[in-house]
Amino acid sequence: MNAPDLASATVSAGTGYNFAYLDEGTKRMIRRAILKAIAIPGYQVPFAAREMPMPYGWGTGGVQVTAAILGAADVLKVIDQGADDTTNAVSIRRFFTATAGIATTTRTAEATVIQTRHRIPEAPLAEGQVLVYQVPIPEPLRFLEPRETETRQLHALAEYGLMHVKLYEDIARHGHIATTYAYPVEVAGRYVMDPSPTPKFDNPKMDDCPALQLFGAGREKRIYAIPPHTRVRSLDFEDHPFRVQSFDRPCALCGAEDVYLDEVVLDDAGGRMFVCSDTDHCETRRADGHTGEAA
Amino acid sequence: MEPLLTVEGLTKRYGRRLACDGIGFTLDPGEVLAVVGESGSGKSTLLSLVAGEVAADAGSVAYRLRDGATRDLDTLSVVERRALMRTDWGFVRQDATQGLRMAVSAGGNVGERLMGVGDRHYGRIRATALDWLARVEIAPDRIDDPPTRFSGGMRQRLQIARNLVTAPRLVLMDEPTSGLDVSVQARLLDMIRGLVAELGLAVIIVTHDLAVARLLSHRVLVMRAGRVIETGLTDQVLDDPQAAYTQLLVSSVLAA
Repeated sequence: MNAPDLASATVSAGTGYNFAYLDEGTKRMIRRAILKAIAIPGYQVPFAAREMPMPYGWGTGGVQVTAAILGAADVLKVIDQGADDTTNAVSIRRFFTATAGIATTTRTAEATVIQTRHRIPEAPLAEGQVLVYQVPIPEPLRFLEPRETETRQLHALAEYGLMHVKLYEDIARHGHIATTYAYPVEVAGRYVMDPSPTPKFDNPKMDDCPALQLFGAGREKRIYAIPPHTRVRSLDFEDHPFRVQSFDRPCALCGAEDVYLDEVVLDDAGGRMFVCSDTDHCETRRADGHTGEAA
Repeated sequence: MEPLLTVEGLTKRYGRRLACDGIGFTLDPGEVLAVVGESGSGKSTLLSLVAGEVAADAGSVAYRLRDGATRDLDTLSVVERRALMRTDWGFVRQDATQGLRMAVSAGGNVGERLMGVGDRHYGRIRATALDWLARVEIAPDRIDDPPTRFSGGMRQRLQIARNLVTAPRLVLMDEPTSGLDVSVQARLLDMIRGLVAELGLAVIIVTHDLAVARLLSHRVLVMRAGRVIETGLTDQVLDDPQAAYTQLLVSSVLAA
């Protein structure tokens, strides 16, 4: 996130829109919410989410956060389920190219702002980078306690026993904690937070991360944050500790181990392969000469 | 002995109607108080006022905490009050769906309070849940069933287990046996009586059924139109009612 250059920030990129689509007053309101969110790690800050030119569920929250923090010198990367080339990722990248005229990239290391849906890149993030998550349902207690007044009170009093009821139910039904995504975390020893539907495989990457992590929920109108180098702990039981998924084979294209894999169906005869969900990571490795069994 | 609970001058109006008018009583540890009266007499409102779920217009509720200090519940912070309700008090609702998490298994329902007070050991929580299910006569193989698959009587027993798991000293019960058929009622009452005696619970039980009051309670409070008409030892009030209304109430019970 580079400091927005105010002179160019108000100049439209020849599209008739303000820089990065949102007007400056809206950006200021969103930045205030972001600052508050950073000051209270894991706390859901309400904000006046705007209508965006995309449907709810496609990342309206993430797009607004990104629009509010983009400066003219920023380099944007957008991923959807780890991939840079899916419809959602391509559309959002094009949206900001058109409305802000900024540079985009698919390389994690080159990006200053990374908007993501459902993954944290495999390559370690660095100081100065911002990871913006698209969040569908920000309230981790929602499915156990439908009343918003009550969930706010539970957060205020740090009464998180209910979260463990959910994990208890998992173990009772499946013999282990079967929640594999949107796995609840405790941030900075205080607020329990929904990390958005990222696989729990990515939860450990949130802990002590040098990059700033921002979460935007457009429909639910909430912003929350994890400041750099913040303690993020996944909830668990003493006798059922938190564990991430493991894969019994490496990526079929680049041979990477200890990465999150997608299953790709190859034909209608049961053929399938497992490849890196993070396309940039996979391509970088292949360019470096790593190969898997199918490459 | 200093009473566990002291209620003074509790008053609640709904508009111009008086639901509770200056009600006062004390409750000793291990004592069972039945609040009887016809529908609309203010019994359930009284219970909600004592539990702090409805704000009273006037009056006070004082409770002797585990450390021996008697505190007016109004002076407790929200945190203290919620902690008290979760550990030292129980509330068994007339409608089990209000008192249980219907989408959560029986074991999860019983374990919720334990997790609420910080227990983070699955094996221990489950063992405690199994123990409590056995004590309320629910078969151990039903531990992973949600209460939606339970009968009315089982739901009430599960509610009781869920409330008693943190060893509270005071339990409020709002018509726990209504809507159950007679044989199930008898079994539930028998179980409640056993648990109350065994654990030395203080109970306020609201009921319109005088048989329930006679079976469970030491003392009775008769209510009508928001006022206490008569109060005294259960046998005394039910066998020798003084107030005309109580006489009417007692005489309207059908002999089996």
